[in-house]
Amino acid sequence: MTSRRPALVWGIALLGVLAAALLASLLLGSVSLAPGAVLRALLGDGDAQTVSIVRDLRLPRALLAVLVGGALALSGAALQALLGNPLADPYLLGVSGGAACGTLVGSLLGLGASVGAHSGVLGSLALPLAAFLGALAAVLVVGLGASAGGRLDRGRLLLSGVVVNALASAVLLFLLSFGDASRSRTFVFWMLGSLAGATPGAVLALSVYAALGLALLLPLARAFDALTLGEETAATLGIRVETAKRTAYLAASLLAAAAVAYAGIIGFVGLLVPHAVRRVTRSHRALLLLSFLGGALLLVVSDVAARSLFAPAEISVGAITALLGAPAFLLLLRARP
Amino acid sequence: MTAPLAAEALAAGYGACDVLANVTRTFDAGRVTALLGENGAGKSTLLKALAGIVPARRGTIRLGGRPLSGIPRREAARALGYLSQGFEPLFPILARDLVLLGRTPWRTAFGAPSARDRAAVEASLAEMDALALAETDLGAMSGGERQRVLLARVLAGEPEVLLLDEPTANLDPRHRFLVIDAMRRRADQGGAVVFSTHELDVASTGADDALLLSGGRVLAAGPLVETLTEPLLSALFGVAACVAPGAGGRPIVSLGPARAR
Repeated sequence: MTSRRPALVWGIALLGVLAAALLASLLLGSVSLAPGAVLRALLGDGDAQTVSIVRDLRLPRALLAVLVGGALALSGAALQALLGNPLADPYLLGVSGGAACGTLVGSLLGLGASVGAHSGVLGSLALPLAAFLGALAAVLVVGLGASAGGRLDRGRLLLSGVVVNALASAVLLFLLSFGDASRSRTFVFWMLGSLAGATPGAVLALSVYAALGLALLLPLARAFDALTLGEETAATLGIRVETAKRTAYLAASLLAAAAVAYAGIIGFVGLLVPHAVRRVTRSHRALLLLSFLGGALLLVVSDVAARSLFAPAEISVGAITALLGAPAFLLLLRARP
Repeated sequence: MTAPLAAEALAAGYGACDVLANVTRTFDAGRVTALLGENGAGKSTLLKALAGIVPARRGTIRLGGRPLSGIPRREAARALGYLSQGFEPLFPILARDLVLLGRTPWRTAFGAPSARDRAAVEASLAEMDALALAETDLGAMSGGERQRVLLARVLAGEPEVLLLDEPTANLDPRHRFLVIDAMRRRADQGGAVVFSTHELDVASTGADDALLLSGGRVLAAGPLVETLTEPLLSALFGVAACVAPGAGGRPIVSLGPARAR
């Protein structure tokens, strides 16, 4: 498309800023470290405590922020293109409701008694798994509700997502009345969204999902472009509309479910970032790639703020993205041509 | 020579009922055909069925002699250009980017538009008198301006067969003739053009043939002098029709007030 070069410039600029933000996230925190010490610690050099802070805590956390932010924004961009609705966000398809139910059920069953306290390997793996399974179950129900005669209906997808999320919150309220206070606390902590559970394993798992999501969605960029003309006209342009819709639905759901599983519910990234990116490009290939970078940047910056604004106390990163996101979104709306 | 497009005993519809029944018609190369009929007569459904959007429930559509259902979709997309009726852009989009979407069947999944793509976009924008609108967002256009850009999108694909649903809707007289000329040019180059319209003057000046649809069935089809006749038109529309011979043997139609059928 005509706006391709600016997209390239924006991509390079975003990469540069993201690199700077990553460096800042290694330097800043409850203990401030010197750049030289951080670089040495990355290579495994220097005193044990610094090496541990950088390599075991801050680096996985910064990388998880990149992947969660990128996955959420990519998912949002794909869903907005799929549904032809600028209000679509990654949680629309029942992902957040389903994941919340899965997490609470998992926690009631005694898996990972407390997410915040890292109760061993099993605990740190079991709850994300429960969240992921819950999210996928909800997404499946939404998809079934939206299928009619072998077609995925875009209007129904939107509605059934909203309804399944509402159903999930009813189930949550029901379940919460059985839980004790500590489990409720665990759950609320997860609900608010946090990157504190970052481990190399989580980073590895999420990078697989992010790569899979990109691999599924990027080839659909041309289909998304054509879908701007509506499904029928897109079909006359040789686009496999049903295949494109199903693949986008699956990829967007997987990305959001994986992000939720490792970082809880972090709002606004998937809604705000694709909106902002649409201001600089209208080609979906650029939109998908820039959304990933933009989402990564937003979450890395938000997490640095969450960790260092009131250190040693840590604010929920979901609160930061919402505090940044809501006014930014309103500004974008007002500035819309 | 095989006709570019033909419908054989075609039935199509939505849900439980058929909108079209037993439509048989050959759309020959070099001919412009006007689809005429009341609201709900099946004009749009016929165009959609011919474009492969609405599946044929019975009967066959042949593109260049081969059944449309058996032709790879990319090949069919290159041969058929379809304009839908009424379009609201879902997201902001510039006219030139939209017209470039018409090149989709010619482009690879990745990669920038070729010189050929760009030339086709500029030529079709120029043909629709829309070059000045190229950098304008579709949402900021008047209905007629938008219609011309959407038509340019279809032309940019350089299809052999044009299927246009009310191509002259919202257009002022000058641009109406521009569209009529564009359809004629495609037919003269060996293409087949089918378009629906409620404007009988557009049909009588722009078309060679007319296909009269009533309740999803073909009431009459053939050259204008045989189809734009007083009895057929008054039967089709339920209004008084007066037909006089005009320049080049093209009938001039004027319609009177409604009357009982």
